[in-house]
Formats: sequence, structure tokens, C-alpha cells
Amino acid sequence: MVVNQIAVFLENKQGRIYDFAKVIAEAKIDLVSMSIADTEEFGILRAVTSDNKKAVEALKKAGFTVISTDMIGIEIPDVPGSLAKVLKIMSEEKIQIEYLYSYARSEANKAYIILKVADNEKTVQLLNKRGVKVVSDFK
Amino acid sequence: MEKYYDKKTECMSRSELKALQSERLVKLVDYVYNNNAIYRAKMDDIKVKPSDIKSIDDIVKLPFTTKKDLRDNYPFGMFTAPRKNIVRLHASSGTSGKLTVVGYTKKDIDVWAECAARALVAAGADKNSIVHVSYGYGLFTGGLGLHYGAEKLGAVAVPASSGNTARQISLMKDFQANVLCCTPSYAIYLGEEMQKSGVELPDLKIGIFGAEPWSDTMRKKIEKLLGIKAYDIYGLSEITGPGVASECSDQSGCHIYEDHFYPEILDTETLEPLNYNSKGELVFTTLTKEGIPLIRYRTRDITMLKDEKCPCGRTFVKMGRIIGRSDDMLIIRGVNVFPSQIETVLLNYGDGVLPHYEIYVDRFDSTDYFEIRVEMTESIFSDEVKKIEMVKKEMESKLQSMLGISVNVKLVAPSSLPRYEGKAKRIIDNRKY
Repeated sequence: MVVNQIAVFLENKQGRIYDFAKVIAEAKIDLVSMSIADTEEFGILRAVTSDNKKAVEALKKAGFTVISTDMIGIEIPDVPGSLAKVLKIMSEEKIQIEYLYSYARSEANKAYIILKVADNEKTVQLLNKRGVKVVSDFK
Repeated sequence: MEKYYDKKTECMSRSELKALQSERLVKLVDYVYNNNAIYRAKMDDIKVKPSDIKSIDDIVKLPFTTKKDLRDNYPFGMFTAPRKNIVRLHASSGTSGKLTVVGYTKKDIDVWAECAARALVAAGADKNSIVHVSYGYGLFTGGLGLHYGAEKLGAVAVPASSGNTARQISLMKDFQANVLCCTPSYAIYLGEEMQKSGVELPDLKIGIFGAEPWSDTMRKKIEKLLGIKAYDIYGLSEITGPGVASECSDQSGCHIYEDHFYPEILDTETLEPLNYNSKGELVFTTLTKEGIPLIRYRTRDITMLKDEKCPCGRTFVKMGRIIGRSDDMLIIRGVNVFPSQIETVLLNYGDGVLPHYEIYVDRFDSTDYFEIRVEMTESIFSDEVKKIEMVKKEMESKLQSMLGISVNVKLVAPSSLPRYEGKAKRIIDNRKY
């Protein structure tokens, strides 16, 4: 029960995100969600796509450094306070979150959160036990 | 009036000098052949016996010595004197992580101190001078070299060592320093800091600068900033340290202390000796050294010997400025850096394959900026910023312990650094001298 994510190294240079998006577009891959962590010198673009395997291949071919990582995906109601509720549980269970990002489908009343934690298996078990809906696919 | 530390020696006639050099070379060759297995093997290989060396002109029959000889016989294999006679070690960067180690006997230290004292006097110092030494003290020869020179002269040595610029300035002010010894780039930095804080050093008259290449443009800048006369000093630890050669009041090139260090200039392609006024690789033979005498040691520095009489009265030949290197060594903040040392560290980060990298050196605010650009590879990359920053910091600290100076690592996009079909040009040096 994991969600696969791709991470791409981007130098802080004008046009690099476009270069990435162009490769994805030309490979006819749908971007499901995306977030960028930026530092003074470089950025890490993280994304979930309709076909991560194909995306990794296309990006590598275009000369990007790219790796794929398994993440935890959860589904929560798209109403105020629902994220806090889940984070409270995770805090109580002492699960450290490295980073997270979300995406919400406009027609749905659900929000989806993608989380990076140290131990996926343990986290999924705990979340299941505490009644948080864990998802494995965003398609 | 021109002053000398040892007028008789420094102004001896060229024919007297040649006789002295010949006598010393014959003794030296006999000494190393009988006491150093490596030299004996090198000479036996080309069938040269000590008896073939009758005068300094025969030096061309002798084999060269290189940094590789020192590395292959690390740490003490090239020493000729027995351990009981060695009293000090110094070391400089080697080409692949191993240091180049040199050992001195009591007499070697004494000769070195004498040459440094000659350099101080040639620049105008005397027994009453307060000599502020801002070269690093340690394995590097800069600090202790000038220190012993000042003591030998009977001047006052102030072992300030490097770093803490504000403290350096107040020490010089309080102790009324007359002579400053440091790298030329640090002299500019010191001068600019003094200007910013409005400090003046009316007693400071003389600067002796070396350990990195510089130019007459820098000389003018330093002289104006600090209100002093700036003199060049040349040396390398393999030969002895600072004081192999230094400038006189004429400021027109360093007089080589030829009674101890015999210079040759070689064609970099053929390794054939060149005449005066031709540019080539500088090679030294240490005529009087005991600890680690070196015969025809290739310095890799490119310069020329000047065929001109010096108005100062010294008869020792003058060398021109160092205009380049015949290898890829860089001098950054006075420290020798070899790309091969960098590669040794980077090899740990590319799954056994050397990641593409580039060395970038520039000079901002009179300080050398040193950056190594490394292309991101999958083995370094992570989806977490924290992990990448950790790798970057680890690389920086490993490089620092390998090179002895701090360096910034910049991770760049794959394939973003230029590729070369032949030998890679991995060095961008934008410094202006």
C-alpha cells in the first residue's frame, strides 16, 4: 500500500522546470501532483504521474538525474481540520514526516496527501489501525 | 646603501661561484651515491658513476628527480641522512593524497635560516627590525622559514601565523612591525581591512611576499595600500622552503642563492637545458643539503633565468616571475592543490566511476574563491534535501582534509559540464594577478 513518486534534480537555472514538463508532455504522461523543494543552489522536484516508470525512462533519456521512491498516500475529507486530525495521530504515534504535499481533484470532496516517512510498512499499519484511509493509487 | 647579509658570498665573482658549485656538486653526488639506494639505482641505470662528475657542467649527465620519486618512496625513502641526524620534518601536498615529506638536519635548518636571513636583508631588514610573520606555522614551510631567518639575522620574529585579520592588524600596530611576511593576496586583504578600519602602520616599511604567483600590478597595489616596498620571495619545501631565491632593492626578480641551490631551465618538451632568457621549467639541485638532497629536481614552475647584471651588486642570477606550471597544480590561498587529490575524494561518490567535475577558482576581495562543481549522479541524489546537503557537506569536509584548505562543493545538473574528447580541461581559473 504505497504511492510511487519520482524525484528529479533541478539546478537553479531559468527554464529547468519547463525542461522537465516538456519531457513529460512529449512522453504523453499525465502529471497527477507535483511539489518542489528549493535550496540556494538546487531544487528537488517531486511528482506523481500517470506512469512513473515511463516518466523515469523519458527523463533519464533526456539527461535528468531521477529516482523513484515509495510514499504513503492518504485520503481525507476536503474539509477544515481533517489534515490536523491525521497529523495529530501521527504525532502521537511518533511518526516523523520528512515532507508532504497534497493534491485535490476539483470534482471530488476528498483530498489526497502524499507523505514521506522512514518506515512505510509500520506507518501504514498504524494509520489503518487509527482509521485513516490509506490509498495506493491516485489514478 | 645596499645591505647584504653575507657580502663575500652574495657578491662573489661568477668564476669563484662556479668553482664552489663544482666542488659542492662533486661532494653531493658522492654523498648520495654512497648513502641513498634510490639515487644509486637511478645513476647505475644510466651508467653514470660519481667519478664522471668533475664540475658543475657535468650536472647534465645526472638523472632528474620528480615529485613522483618522493611519493613512491613515501614518507622517508628519499632521505639520505640517517634518522639520527634528522631534526625536523616539513611537508607539502602530494599529487594523490600522500604528502611530499622533507627532512632537515641541523645544518639544513641553518642553511635555510641563512638564506631567509639573506632575503630579509636584501629587502632592507636589519637586526632592529620587527618581523611580523603571517605565513602559516606548521608543516607548511612559510611560517618557520621566515621565523628562523629573522632570528638568524638577529631581528625580532613575531610568530603571528595566519588567520584573525583584526588581531594581526592590532599586533602589527602595537609591536610597531617593520617587516610583514605573508602571501601577496593576504597582504592586499590586510591592506583593505586596514583602510576600512582607518588603521595606519607608519613603522611598516617592508613586505616580503611569496608562496603564490603574483605580478607587478599586484606589487603596485600592495605598495600603495600598505605604504611599503613589496619584495618577492621564492621557495618550495622540496628544495628548502622560502629563501631559495628572493628580491633585492632593485625589485627586478629573485636572486637565486646559487651557492646552495643550482638552477637550470629546461625545455618542457625535450627536457634539454636552455640558455638564459629562455622560458622553461625550473630545475634545482640542492648543493649542500644533507637530509634530503635532491638532484635536478623538477619544480614544474615555468620561468626564465635573467642574463643581466644587477645594480645591487649581487652576482647571483635572477629568475623571472613564475608564469605557469608544466603540470596541473594550482596554488590556492598559498596551498598547492592537485586535481588528482580531488579525484581521489570524488571517486567515492560515483559508484566506482569518477563523477564529472570541474574546478573553479576566482578571486574576490583579494581572497581566492575555490569551488568544485560536481555533476549530480543517481548515487548521490535523494528525494530529501537533507540527505543531499549531507553528502555535499561530507564531500566538502573530505576534500578539506585531503587538500588542507576549505572548498565549496556545488552540485550541478548531469551533463551540464563541458565534455572533452582528449584530455579533460577541468580547471577554470579566473584569477587575475
